Amino acid sequence: MGQPVVFIALALVAILSAFGMLLSHNAVHAALFLVLNFITIGVFYIVLAAPFIAMVQITVYAGAIMVLFLFVIMLLGAERLEGAQNVPNTAWQRPLAVFLAAVLVLAFGYLIIQEAVSATGTALPPLDSSPQAIGELLFGSYIFPFEVTAVLLLVSMISLVVWKAQDKRG
Amino acid sequence: MVVTVGWYVALSVALFTVGALGVLLRRNALIIFMSIELMLNSANLLLVAFAREYGDLNGQILVFFVLTVAAAEVAVGLALVVVIFRRRKSINIDDMRLMKG
Repeated sequence: MGQPVVFIALALVAILSAFGMLLSHNAVHAALFLVLNFITIGVFYIVLAAPFIAMVQITVYAGAIMVLFLFVIMLLGAERLEGAQNVPNTAWQRPLAVFLAAVLVLAFGYLIIQEAVSATGTALPPLDSSPQAIGELLFGSYIFPFEVTAVLLLVSMISLVVWKAQDKRG
Repeated sequence: MVVTVGWYVALSVALFTVGALGVLLRRNALIIFMSIELMLNSANLLLVAFAREYGDLNGQILVFFVLTVAAAEVAVGLALVVVIFRRRKSINIDDMRLMKG
């Protein structure tokens, strides 16, 4: 599953860019940090023998979805909208959020350490992840979920058109 | 030292926690959306890692579906944000309390 050096370097980039997204005050900077994070995860997919998913990740996530985000940020001029203007005291939310995240990490960490005791680096089974193999599976046993996905995309598209029509009227 | 699937689980947990922190800490609706995308991505990374571990392609197919659902979700969610911003001139989630008694 890749060399330790490669894993550590990529993991550092991924975690640091995630924190950059979390801590940056400018929404455009946050979006660009997230693009870096998505591309790093795409490289992880290549390391994990999933080249097709890696390409889809870079075109759909780092390409389409993040361009949509940047477009909306700049359309609204919402680069620096933070800090509620007229909200009663919400200062207690911040330590509570950090506490909840710490609980999450501890719970996951406990499970990982419990499992890691038994885990050994066994030889990996062969995996044919060519686009042809993925296509055969997708249009074979997964044909019904695939069709449902088409309906989902159609529903979201129709909802956007309906919203736009109502927005013009109201 | 060999990279096992446990390393990927740890990385995925770290990314998921940063995403959860983003949802809890930030008040900008756009950044909360980005944090949700980060959490979806950490789950995807885990799916691909376990697909490699067990030599099973089904995990990668599930990632494909997660990507599609995320794209639809982002399109609808960002449209919601735009509509709310037009009506209320704010995307701060603390300002959205019309239903509070």
